[in-house]
Amino acid sequence: MSPQTEQLTGALQTRFSTLLTRVPSTVDQLTYELPAAALHETCRALRDEEPFHFEQLMDVAGVDYLGYGEDEWLTRRATATGFARGANRRNWDLEAHQTPRFAAVYQLLSIRHNQRLRLRAFCTDDPPVIDSLTDVWASANWFEREAFDLFGILFNGHPDLRRILTDYGFVGHPFRKDFPLSGNVEVRYDPEKKRVVYEPVQIEPRVLVPRVIRQDARYEPPFQDLEKNA
Amino acid sequence: MPEIRNYTMNFGPQHPSAHGVLRLILEMDGEVVTKADPHVGLLHRATEKLAESKIFHQSIGYMDRLDYVSMMCNEHAYVMAMEKLLGIEPPLRARYIRTLYDELTRITNHLLWLGTHAMDIGALTMFLYCFREREDIMDMYEAVSGARMHAFYYRPGGVYRDLPEHMPQYQKSKFRSQADMRRMNKAREGSLLDFIEDFTERFPGLVDEYEVLLTDNRIWKQRTVGIGVVSPERALQLGFSGPMLRGSGIEWDLRKKQPYEVYDHLEFDIPVGVNGDCYDRYLVRVEEMRQSNRIVKQCVKWLRENPGPVWLDNHKVTPPLREEMKFDMESLIHHFKYMTEGYCVPEGEVYAAIEHPKGEFGIYMISDGANKPFRLKIRAAGFAHLAALDEMVRGHMLQDLVAIIGTQDLVFGEVDR
Repeated sequence: MSPQTEQLTGALQTRFSTLLTRVPSTVDQLTYELPAAALHETCRALRDEEPFHFEQLMDVAGVDYLGYGEDEWLTRRATATGFARGANRRNWDLEAHQTPRFAAVYQLLSIRHNQRLRLRAFCTDDPPVIDSLTDVWASANWFEREAFDLFGILFNGHPDLRRILTDYGFVGHPFRKDFPLSGNVEVRYDPEKKRVVYEPVQIEPRVLVPRVIRQDARYEPPFQDLEKNA
Repeated sequence: MPEIRNYTMNFGPQHPSAHGVLRLILEMDGEVVTKADPHVGLLHRATEKLAESKIFHQSIGYMDRLDYVSMMCNEHAYVMAMEKLLGIEPPLRARYIRTLYDELTRITNHLLWLGTHAMDIGALTMFLYCFREREDIMDMYEAVSGARMHAFYYRPGGVYRDLPEHMPQYQKSKFRSQADMRRMNKAREGSLLDFIEDFTERFPGLVDEYEVLLTDNRIWKQRTVGIGVVSPERALQLGFSGPMLRGSGIEWDLRKKQPYEVYDHLEFDIPVGVNGDCYDRYLVRVEEMRQSNRIVKQCVKWLRENPGPVWLDNHKVTPPLREEMKFDMESLIHHFKYMTEGYCVPEGEVYAAIEHPKGEFGIYMISDGANKPFRLKIRAAGFAHLAALDEMVRGHMLQDLVAIIGTQDLVFGEVDR
């Protein structure tokens, strides 16, 4: 860790203590997780207080953690059993998913101190709800609309939570992991009705390259630098 | 007495000065815009979702198609995110080549911006001049990658290949006289670096020509001075970056403040505006072109003197050599696995940002250790800028709306993703 990051880590620790949990990382970037209930208050403090002064919110990303770390093609026991012939079609079992599924990730930038910080807050409810940051950073407005549109995360207190990227009258939230890549509807021009009509999509979803996770001894587990400090 | 109420007007999505497919719902009080509601997403292709279904290096080509006037810069951020997760660093020569092409890309981007922005406000000649120079840079793209626009040239661990020794020349044709051909091929006699150097010698003079046409032009000033003023505080609040932020007087450039590649070895200045209006942003961008030209010169000089590898020798992330594949079975298998299954990127998350011609272009990538990204989020500068359009146009005339769309340097491939 660079001395500047270390300083910031220390300052965050003294100011917020247990509110923020550091996420281990192999790259020199700081990520913290915090409970959704504390998000608004913490962000206001991060914007206004010394030594943070994160004047800019660069990005808000919705993330759907359904199926994180799962592969479609088992390789671990391949030596004994041989490879599977095809990819396992994934059937999402939404009931079985225990941990919070949706998170909003915020990228903060401090121009005064030239440093970055990443915050992640998981939304626990269903449908996922989280506080809006539009009154802290004006740039949150469209970023939150995007996360709402694509992931269905509801931002409490957002002045104008409309869809932004998808079509007028679109149904569903396309970036959720259980939304098929080919979509649900297709459009064509109907010469009899003399207008464009929506129909269920005809493409069969298929996996071209299966998702594979291989154990690799070259990479340190990301938790190492935290364990060293502990 | 008849009831007086505001008039709601539709602008776009097919409008020449909307720079793509921007639809605006305008609330007009006579000629004055009281509210603008941009409707975006008409070019939404779900690049981020597509990337989740592809192995890592297959998405590099998609990055070109985001901001399709500054192609290599988009690739750069994506490739940099991968490199950070993989923990690899490209060879020095590759880093110089990337810097060189990033700056050439900045020049093409600003040339396109200047040409179209000026054309929107009525200076049609600019468009022709700017596109003349852009053509040369397209040729440089083609010489190095084979494609004039969507280059797919940057790869994790370096660039695809070294700069060519010969610059392609114009061929004989019945539509071209001998004298014309000799004139057109004059700068193309030597290598690509010779061609680029010749360009850098000519370019400052050409920028002077643009400035003669615009900088002190009375009409240009009437259309841009005092239009779309953004205070530094608001610029920070609204998430501005790049020339939009510098035009408002904030000295912030990732190339200086958080240097990547070889920017810390190079000499260049960061132009900063004062008033935060369209005119200042114009001046900032024009000066940026001159500074980019300066960087290109330094890179050319270094690249001439320092030959070396341009792609890592680490064949976990780079494909095996083509010659080896011809007689070595293992290399052939390796190539097959590399191209089909790809390679696993270690678990983690990273945000890689570069100083894109339009502002901060960031890639937020989450990997769960698989051969495909778990989540990819593209932070496009234009998206944040367009979000501020409403605030910038309120109280301005309809014609100023066009100037403000132009000054934001929007490209919808990037805004809609």
